[in-house]
Amino acid sequence: MERSAISRQLSADDVWAALAHVPDPEIPVVSVTDMGMVRDVAVDGRRVTVTFTPTFSGCPALHVIRESIGEAVRALGVPDVEVRSTLTPPWTTDWIQPDARERLRQYGIAPPAPAGDTPLITLDPEPTRCPRCGSLNVRMTASFGPTLCKRLYVCESCKEPFEGFKSV
Amino acid sequence: MTLSGQPSAVSSQQGTLTPQLQAVLIRKLTALADDEIILAHRGGEWTGHAPILEEDIALANIAQDELGHATLYLDLRRALDGSDADQLAFFRNAGEFTNVRLVELPKGDWAFTMLRQFLFDAYEALWLDAARGSTYAPLAEVAAKAVREERFHLQHTALWVERLALGTEESRRRTQNALDELWPHVAQLFAPVPGEAELVAAGIVPDLGEVRARWEGFVVPHLTGKCGLLLPLTLADAAEGRDVHTEHLAPLLAEMQGVARQHANAEVW
Repeated sequence: MERSAISRQLSADDVWAALAHVPDPEIPVVSVTDMGMVRDVAVDGRRVTVTFTPTFSGCPALHVIRESIGEAVRALGVPDVEVRSTLTPPWTTDWIQPDARERLRQYGIAPPAPAGDTPLITLDPEPTRCPRCGSLNVRMTASFGPTLCKRLYVCESCKEPFEGFKSV
Repeated sequence: MTLSGQPSAVSSQQGTLTPQLQAVLIRKLTALADDEIILAHRGGEWTGHAPILEEDIALANIAQDELGHATLYLDLRRALDGSDADQLAFFRNAGEFTNVRLVELPKGDWAFTMLRQFLFDAYEALWLDAARGSTYAPLAEVAAKAVREERFHLQHTALWVERLALGTEESRRRTQNALDELWPHVAQLFAPVPGEAELVAAGIVPDLGEVRARWEGFVVPHLTGKCGLLLPLTLADAAEGRDVHTEHLAPLLAEMQGVARQHANAEVW
C-alpha cells in the first residue's frame, strides 16, 4: 500500500534527468551532470544510490552539491537516497559536456583547454581563448580566481577582463 | 573551517594491512595532514594583508586546496581507525601535532611566504606523483586526485620566486634571506616517520630518498640557475622528530583552535 506509482516506475534515466537540473552552486549555468560530477546512478526498488566525484578536493561547495543531489532524488518520491563519493578516476575538466562548455563561454567564462595527461611539472599555463571575441591574445592577470576552478584574464584584443576555467 | 562533514571518499582496503603497518600508516597520514593544516593556516594569515588583492585571493585558494588535501588524508585515516578530522585538527596540542617545522615558522615577508610555499609545493607535488603508484589503493586514489591540484600551486610560486629573485635589489635581498633561513628546515620534509621503512617496503608510500633526489633536481636549478640565488652551504639534517616543534606552533594553534575550543559543542561554526 506504500508503493506509489512513481517509485514503481522510477528508472535510472529518471534520476539522471532530475540531476541534470541540479545546478553547480558556484556556476549556475551548468548542472552537476554537465560538469561530469555524477558518475553512476543505481536504482534498487525504493532505494537510489548516486555516485558522485568531487571536482576540487577543497571546494567549499561540495557539501551543498551533495545535499542538492539528495534533495533532487527525494523530490522524485524516493525515500532512501545515498550519495556516495568516489575519487577514481579523478575528475577532469575533459568530462565537461560540449554544450555546457558553450554555456560557460556565453556566460563569460573561458572553457578549459583539453587536460589529457598533463605533465606534472609544467610551469606554463594552458592556452586560453577570450570568451567574448575569441582572440588568443590574452593575458593572465591572476592564476587563482574567485573559486578554486578559475583564473582571471584580460583580453588584449577586446580589452575585456574574463574568467577562465582551469584545465585539470 | 571544518574539515569533516563529507562522507568518506575512500574505498575500503584496510583489511589487507597488518596491524603494525596500519599503525605506521596512521602515523604517516597524520603527518601528511598536519603539514597541510599548519601551512594552510600560515597562508590564511595573509588574507586581508597580501600585497595586492589578487595575491590575497591566490593564497586563500592555495590554503583551501591544502585543507582539501588534509581532508583527503584524514578521510583515509578515519577509514583505518574511525578518528574524527575536526577532533584531530582542533583539539590536539602542539606536542601532538606532527607537522614539519618548516610550515610552522611565522609567515614572514612576502618573499619568505612565496619561497616556503614553493619549496613545499615542489615536495608535495613530487611526493604525490610517486604516491600514485601506492599498493594501497585508497592512497593511490587520493594522490592521483591531489596531484592535479598541486600543479597550479607550483606554477604560481615558482613564478613568484623567480620574479622576486630577479626583481629589485630589495626583493632579491629578501628572497636570499628567506632561502638562508628556510634551507636548514627542508631536510625534515624527507625524514621518515618511525616505522616508515616498512610502508616503503610494502610499496604503500614512496621512498623519501627518491623523492628528495627528484626534488633537488627540480628545486636547485630553479633557485640557482634560473633565479641566481646562492644556495646555503649546509643542509641540516632533521635529527629531531616531528613531535619537536619551535616556539611558534603553540601560538598558531591557540588562534586556529580558539573558536572550536570555546564552542566545542557547536554544530556550525
